[in-house]
Amino acid sequence: MMTNSGNVLTQGQFSFLPPLTDKQISSQLKYALNNGWAIGIEYTDDPHPRNTYWEMFGNPMFDLKDPAGILMEINSCRKTFPNHYIRVTAFNSTRGVESPTMSYIVNRPKNEPGFRLERQEGVGRSVSYTIHSYATDKPESERY
Amino acid sequence: MSKQSKNSASSSDVLIDLEAEFQASNIQEVLEKLDRELIGLIPVKTRIRETAALLLVDRVRKQIGLSSGAPSLHMCFTGNPGTGKTTVALRMAEILHRLGYVREGHLISVTRDDLVGQYIGHTAPKTKEVIKKAMGGVLFIDEAYYLYKPENERDYGAESIEILLQTMENNREDLVVILAGYKDRMDKFFHSNPGMRSRIAHHIDFPDYGPEELVSIAKLMLTSQNYCFSSAGEDAFGKYIRLRMQSEHFANARSVRNALDRARLRQANRLFSGIKKSLSKSDLITLEAEDILASRVFLNNSRDSNKLIDSGEANKT
Repeated sequence: MMTNSGNVLTQGQFSFLPPLTDKQISSQLKYALNNGWAIGIEYTDDPHPRNTYWEMFGNPMFDLKDPAGILMEINSCRKTFPNHYIRVTAFNSTRGVESPTMSYIVNRPKNEPGFRLERQEGVGRSVSYTIHSYATDKPESERY
Repeated sequence: MSKQSKNSASSSDVLIDLEAEFQASNIQEVLEKLDRELIGLIPVKTRIRETAALLLVDRVRKQIGLSSGAPSLHMCFTGNPGTGKTTVALRMAEILHRLGYVREGHLISVTRDDLVGQYIGHTAPKTKEVIKKAMGGVLFIDEAYYLYKPENERDYGAESIEILLQTMENNREDLVVILAGYKDRMDKFFHSNPGMRSRIAHHIDFPDYGPEELVSIAKLMLTSQNYCFSSAGEDAFGKYIRLRMQSEHFANARSVRNALDRARLRQANRLFSGIKKSLSKSDLITLEAEDILASRVFLNNSRDSNKLIDSGEANKT
């Protein structure tokens, strides 16, 4: 159920590709910086697709010129949460846009159990569906 | 350049055109600009030339596969106020950028306030924020000795120094740190922070300017503002500078700039209150001797009023 190639979570950009190397992350960051987007680092252990607001790791970073500083921050986040999902979000603050323009996962737990599909029978023969992350059966911080 | 790197690995007797490399880096342009726009400072310019040569040779060596590790480029500029430390730091960022040792070539200029926090736990994020901004460029710490306050052992400056040292060591290829300050206080600072001293490879001392150099600086400043001296005005300014150098709180080029600002004020006043109603262009751009001679420096018994003017300069360093 809810599986895909490699059995990994597919959210955001590049999620069907093998994990990005630091060099590849750097050039993606550089692209965002060249566009003047602010970059934030976020983490979570509840990767349900509807869970859009992940925890922020530090403040979003404005006015940077070089990806080295952000990579430093990503690595310190990886060190703090080695078994969480970590993503990088670029935010475009242009008036009228004001929304994230890039988002990609840079760190995953070693083992990703995935999701199961739950069926709920309703009135008549109608069925409503929902997905449920196996990991969230455990309490927070013990999930992965 | 690409041709050289292609066949370089195979043969050890490959010839490298250092001249072509030099041209390609556009470094000459920056060095010439340095020569043209900075008067005097011979030891500084020699040192910058040497550093540029080293970096260029290093780059060529890297092309033929002789690696020698990223050189430590952290610097310390010492000198009296107004000797051009900040200006040279800006140029340095440009030179390092041209040679490809920093990726972006921007300069972030900070002082103690930007690095040290006000309460426990405030310093580290603040310092890191600044470091992140400076990544890929040059971090210029003005009056770096204020970071360390030995009289207060609970001061957070030490924490900031610690983080700086760590980044200077680990992120050598991402960041160049330039410390600046007065010579004696910097020496004291290094004495109490030996780790800082050993991590800085280049110590450059900025000498004071002589009176002739200050006059040429004044002329250069005026040219950039579309003004000029009349010949009598230039003589008067030479006299003014010699007197001014003896008085307290003399801040080299900064004092010259302030003196010129005051002279412009007097010139405007002279033109405004003058009898001549139609002004030519040369009237508008020329500073006459009387604009300079009206300065308080020429009044013998006015040392106190001098101090009043100049205390502002001294605080602003």
